[in-house]
Amino acid sequence: MATTVTAPSPSAPSTPLLKDELDIVIPTIRNLDFLEMWRPFFQPYHLIIVQDGDPSKTINVPEGFDYELYNRNDINRILGPKASCISFKDSACRCFGYMVSKKKYVFTIDDDCFVAKDPSGKDINALEQHIKNLLSPSTPLFFNTLYDPYREGADFVRGYPFSLREGAKTAVSHGLWLNIPDYDAPTQMVKPRERNTRYVDAVMTVPKGTLFPMCGMNLGFDRELIGPAMYFGLMGDGQPIGRYDDMWAGWCMKVICDHLGLGVKTGLPYIWHSKASNPFVNLKKEYKGIFWQEDIIPFFQNVTIPKECDTVQKCYLALSEQVREKLGKIDPYFIKLADAMVTWIEAWDELNPSTAAVENGKAN
Amino acid sequence: MSLEIQDSEFDIVIAALQPNLTTFFEAWRPFFSRFHIIVVKDPDLDEELQIPTGFDVKVYTKSDMGVLGDTSINFSGHSCRYFGYLVSRKKYVISIDDNCLPAKDNGGLIVDAVSQHMSNLKTPATPFFFNTLYDPFRKGADFVRGYPFSLREGVECMLSCGLWLHNADYDPMTHVVKRNQRNTTYVDAVMTVPLGAMMPVSGINVAFNREVLGPVMFPGLRLRKDGKHRWDTLEDIWNGLCAKVVCDRLGYGVKTGLPYVIRSDVEAGQALESLKEWEGVKVMDDVLPFFQSVKLSTTATTVEDCVKELASIVKEKLGPQNAIFARAADAMEEWTKLWESHGAQSS
Repeated sequence: MATTVTAPSPSAPSTPLLKDELDIVIPTIRNLDFLEMWRPFFQPYHLIIVQDGDPSKTINVPEGFDYELYNRNDINRILGPKASCISFKDSACRCFGYMVSKKKYVFTIDDDCFVAKDPSGKDINALEQHIKNLLSPSTPLFFNTLYDPYREGADFVRGYPFSLREGAKTAVSHGLWLNIPDYDAPTQMVKPRERNTRYVDAVMTVPKGTLFPMCGMNLGFDRELIGPAMYFGLMGDGQPIGRYDDMWAGWCMKVICDHLGLGVKTGLPYIWHSKASNPFVNLKKEYKGIFWQEDIIPFFQNVTIPKECDTVQKCYLALSEQVREKLGKIDPYFIKLADAMVTWIEAWDELNPSTAAVENGKAN
Repeated sequence: MSLEIQDSEFDIVIAALQPNLTTFFEAWRPFFSRFHIIVVKDPDLDEELQIPTGFDVKVYTKSDMGVLGDTSINFSGHSCRYFGYLVSRKKYVISIDDNCLPAKDNGGLIVDAVSQHMSNLKTPATPFFFNTLYDPFRKGADFVRGYPFSLREGVECMLSCGLWLHNADYDPMTHVVKRNQRNTTYVDAVMTVPLGAMMPVSGINVAFNREVLGPVMFPGLRLRKDGKHRWDTLEDIWNGLCAKVVCDRLGYGVKTGLPYVIRSDVEAGQALESLKEWEGVKVMDDVLPFFQSVKLSTTATTVEDCVKELASIVKEKLGPQNAIFARAADAMEEWTKLWESHGAQSS
């Protein structure tokens, strides 16, 4: 556990980027002590705390932060029967925070993630890097071998078509983790002592048509561009599966981004992931997912969204129909999930009426 | 699924575009000395080559190229290395430009680019799903949560594309506009280029499985004003796109990232001259959509079949747009013939 930081470190920004346009969404069931270490970087921003588990428990938010906090009672009150789509006893509940946010951008981080250091020993301002990633274009149509061409010191390489150098809007910025890597339970069991010590100094766009496992521990996104696709599914209590919330959101999100011509970046920033969850508990949660993903991946690899779907909501609803039809055969869970996906969109549009009909770019 | 690869299965192919290779070979000595090396002299280079002793080297010149008889393939400039690919009898080839030296990694250690390429070719590629921790077979890494288990075996890596510090492989416009920019970021990663994703393969620092990929490693596309500087050419870019399409079709992998080499400044200041007639500006805008949409038939089950089919599609679809594409298609067909008669052997 990090010691209390009382003064901003030298690396804290003087004018925080997007101070009034970004919310930090944090799911928690324990406490928010980790925020002390992040204070120099997070304090200027508004926090949305989604308290999972027992709503009667008081979660102490460190002083000086501007926040709103929602527990299960709040979620039920705000969404009524639609609250059924928000998971309980799983960090998937964080997506409620995405829904109630009124900002353009969201950064979400787990409560066991701390400030990492770059190879020079300097504290990494993960939020600042996510913002840079989101504010600069992506390059999904052709892989730039020098990675992010918009980064200082880099550029497009020879052979990169000039017509593609404007890039696409960036919808998602997927960060990574030093120390405890995000492995599944079987890998954790086989390699309990493995730590990620490799700092890969790159941000890159995940190519169009390519799927990846999106981890929700250290994630930024443009809520206006892709928010409704960031539903973290039905996990936890009463559900046959856990630890696939971010995966599910990532696959849905990527398919929709590909359809709408939006970009997804992965790589920097790194955070320091301190806590390895119990692999036996994880195995129980993931077990079904490990088998189901063998069918889920081909599903997402082959899914097509109708051309006329030109908003995220329309894409998402079209996707839910196909989930129901194609994945419903594997397990009735997917029919429930398809229903929940529809409920999510209804709830999203209810809480975000002005964006309900926003066009998000050309559909392919 | 790591393959056992011996040093004796590798050839190092160096295209000599400058006569004095002393500095080059001395710098690479610790890493090259245990390999057989093929040096191919640019047929337009008149001066005698200077190569230090102590290497197992065979030099090929313009007169050796005569063994091919009358061929439409132009081996001048950077394309001369492809002659080396033809005459090599090894399973694997590593090729590095003669203005590149060993780089240092973030810890200050000199990078053995040859070993890194070997490692890339030895370990599987993972084109079907992107691993966010990059190469899962690297020490200290693995597949992340959410990576399907059925895809963790990977496929054989056929092409390893390395990178360059200092003088990066930019087009001439970028060289001119960012004349002082040097690539100083050492990105400590190797990754597989996903299935369906296209990328510009730079010939400056590559390695490949010659036995399998040889028929698609050709100098096909020549710009009208093809020159001696890398930025005056697109042959490697074209070659890489063809190779990627074929690899995707046949289930082979392509990796990019490490190793780095350090590329000298020598050419950087001369890019301005190339801009006047630089055809490359428009070419890629036509080329890329073609490669993104090309579909090879399921009956093409070998690299040769794929190349022949690709050549005919290029002739049909791109040929009418620009004569350089029609010539590229011819070169591709010619290469398959040359490969059959001169290349398709290993020892």
